[in-house]
Amino acid sequence: MLLQVKDLTHYFGGLCAVSNFNLELGSGELVGIIGPNGAGKTTIFNLITGVYRASRGSIVFEGTEITGMKPHRITGRGIARTFQNIRLFNNLTVLDNIRTAFYSEAAYGPLQALFHSGRYRADEREIARRSFDLLSIFRLSDYSGEISRNLPYGLQRRLEIARALAARPQLLLLDEPAAGMNPNEIRGLMDFIIWIKKNFSLTILLIEHQMPLVMGLCERLEVLDFGETIARGTPEEIRSNRRVLEAYLGEEQKP
Amino acid sequence: MFYIIQQTLNALQLGSIYALIALGYTMVYGILTMINFAHGDLFMVGAFLCFVAATFFHMSFIPALLLSILGTALLGVVIEKFAYKPLRQAPRVSAIITALGVGIFLENFTLALNPYPRFIPPLVCNLTWTFGELSFSLLQVMIITLSVILMLLLDFTVRRTMVGMAMRAISWDKSVAPLMGIPVNRIISATFAIGTGLGGAAGMMYGLAYPVIDPYMGIMVGWKAFISAVVGGIGNIRGAMIGGFILGAVEILVAAFFPSTYRDFVAFALLLVLLIFRPHGILGKPHAQKV
Amino acid sequence: MELKKIHSHLAGIAASRRMLPVLLVGGFFLSLALPRLDWVDSYVQLIIMYIGINVILSASLNLVNGYMGEFSVGHAGFMAIGAYTASVLTVSVFPPGAAGLFFPLAVAAGGAAAGAVGLVVAFPSFKTRGDYLAIVTLAFGMIVKSIIENIEWVGGPRGFIGMEKLTTLPWVFVWTVFSLWVIRNLVYSRYGRGILSIREDEIASDLMGVNTREIKVIAFVISSFFAGIAGGLFAHLLQFINPRCFDILKSTDILIMVYLGGIGSIGGSILGAGIYTVLLEVLRPMGIWRMVIMPLMLVLLMIYRPYGIMGLREFRWFVPGVDLEGLHRPDKKGKSKTDALAG
Repeated sequence: MLLQVKDLTHYFGGLCAVSNFNLELGSGELVGIIGPNGAGKTTIFNLITGVYRASRGSIVFEGTEITGMKPHRITGRGIARTFQNIRLFNNLTVLDNIRTAFYSEAAYGPLQALFHSGRYRADEREIARRSFDLLSIFRLSDYSGEISRNLPYGLQRRLEIARALAARPQLLLLDEPAAGMNPNEIRGLMDFIIWIKKNFSLTILLIEHQMPLVMGLCERLEVLDFGETIARGTPEEIRSNRRVLEAYLGEEQKP
Repeated sequence: MFYIIQQTLNALQLGSIYALIALGYTMVYGILTMINFAHGDLFMVGAFLCFVAATFFHMSFIPALLLSILGTALLGVVIEKFAYKPLRQAPRVSAIITALGVGIFLENFTLALNPYPRFIPPLVCNLTWTFGELSFSLLQVMIITLSVILMLLLDFTVRRTMVGMAMRAISWDKSVAPLMGIPVNRIISATFAIGTGLGGAAGMMYGLAYPVIDPYMGIMVGWKAFISAVVGGIGNIRGAMIGGFILGAVEILVAAFFPSTYRDFVAFALLLVLLIFRPHGILGKPHAQKV
Repeated sequence: MELKKIHSHLAGIAASRRMLPVLLVGGFFLSLALPRLDWVDSYVQLIIMYIGINVILSASLNLVNGYMGEFSVGHAGFMAIGAYTASVLTVSVFPPGAAGLFFPLAVAAGGAAAGAVGLVVAFPSFKTRGDYLAIVTLAFGMIVKSIIENIEWVGGPRGFIGMEKLTTLPWVFVWTVFSLWVIRNLVYSRYGRGILSIREDEIASDLMGVNTREIKVIAFVISSFFAGIAGGLFAHLLQFINPRCFDILKSTDILIMVYLGGIGSIGGSILGAGIYTVLLEVLRPMGIWRMVIMPLMLVLLMIYRPYGIMGLREFRWFVPGVDLEGLHRPDKKGKSKTDALAG
């Protein structure tokens, strides 16, 4: 079991954003979380990655309790993510966006950095090499010196995923990766997700509204409404689930 | 006992001046999320306008007050139009640095016109009531009453009038407000006018209470008022009033028990302690960042 | 054709970069020679030394304000700590007569003291940001001034005297180059990228594995360390310091230099400090009106160039080879076919 979330509950003030959320992710799985807006999906990501501290419940990653850890420690343990609204380091170059994610990989300390010691040089060369490898895998090499803010939207999405992978995660959380894409691009994205999952041997948990993507990609789904899990199962099971239809389309009026 | 009442009065007097200036910081911040560092110097301009009115035009209290308020309000609007408005889309620090620049300009321009500290002639008759050891002057009472009246007026304006509603709308969401038909530029001008006008009024009252004025007087008072605004929770109008009175009280208290050289030290140390325990001020709400 | 162009371009950079050590050595000997030869009078030398000190101040403040995107307004406070520490050391602690020998040590000690205090100021920055952190630094600056005013044995509000004029042109040159070199090294390291990423998006930075607390401590300590260095040099140039030398106006001066030159740029800090210092001197005949004109120019600059002269850009000379290469590296592997990426 790679990730085990138990009875995760979070309150914003008096509002219960997530209540008793449970999830078990095996290595190599691709699982989706769906639900109407405001159902608490992103909050779950924020809880797993340590942005918020859970009011109750536990999150165990690779047998270690990570509840309450600082975000960068959690990332260091192998969970990386992207964001619903792209959050790149806007004024930095594409290359620097990637290199930033290598922070915890480099072994040189502050003093070695201040005086650019041999250790610094070796580590930096390694970081640069691996960053360029990532960039070329993601076909971003031509833009390495470009300020990331100036990239077209699609490339920004791609760069954000590349940056997340630079942190060498085992578990990748994708928050609405298809937002703002047309059906054609979504098909490309589906292939892309399968491809990175295989090549980087990832486990992927994703939030998405685009049903074609979710249904075509995910092995399992969790459906959330008002912070509660209302259904779980394979895409086929979910498709015909009554409560899911109600949550999305509203309750059927009885005559 | 008398001593305590006496000190309370002093604290109220100082506090109401801080509060009036703090309001200007907080209003501008609320609407533009920009710290108008020139505000302390607009306060100074208010004091000098009062000096001009009283010395050269021999105005009495009310006309001089009006001149101070209107003059600084106009100056505030002009500064906003020419110096701050072009920077609304620029990075926030550019606006802050511009404000610092405007402040230095105002200080030195005043100094260039007028190289000596000036003395404001008394505009309020020197009436003092004495009850036993307790004594308080008409001026003191006027400052406190007038400040409170101005603050109540402002509170009413912001909470009950259309202009106030528009201000709150803009501070809530600047991009949506124009879609609702709110004339953003005009409301921002109005905010500057009111904010700096209050600062001008404070300048005049400060000048009457401590009659020697000089072009640099706005710096320290301005920073302290700014601290008041932060203590109360910057962007929050009632917070600015509370913050002003708190700072006034703290300063008077410290001066009463410690050598006066420790006054600033204790005031700022208290500020630090407060910010550690309530990082967003007393009435300020933490701005939840969306991820 | 294309490759050839890139190659000649790279060669050009490499060639010009090799000039840097030559310039540095040349500059050092010039700084040794200037006071002896009668080329420029002592007034000009004084201005040059002020420029050097101001460069250290603005570059170090740029680290926190420009690169990290915080708004510290208490830089003069750190400068004061460095100035008083170094002065007390040369005047009262180190053996008289040998003060010159111990001068670098005294300056470094001043930097260390300021750096240690910078550590304390870094802690509030974990939780507060932006305007509130600005207040913390402001309060810190005021507290430092207040404390010094209340310490009698360093002269209280009257100030501290008795320093020999130990700050000389070569010393200023060496310290300035050293400061810039260290700050530049920091900026182009993983910590530097961490600092930049905090400016851009602190939460994203944390989520990419950057230890933001560690970064903030490093940035504040290094920044205040060099402010302390500048303070020590300043004290032994002026030979007289009092708490008012380091008040909020001094901090404002440094802020102006940083934002004039441009945030997030070492070259900008040099330009900002140089231009500001020289302009103030050139305009001196105008008397008080110079302080009317200067802020007006600043306002105009901000309106037309909100990021300052060099904002977010850098002279190539200051960029280490690895980083420069990154910007021009021709794409070798980009053509590897992966069907998943088609479209």
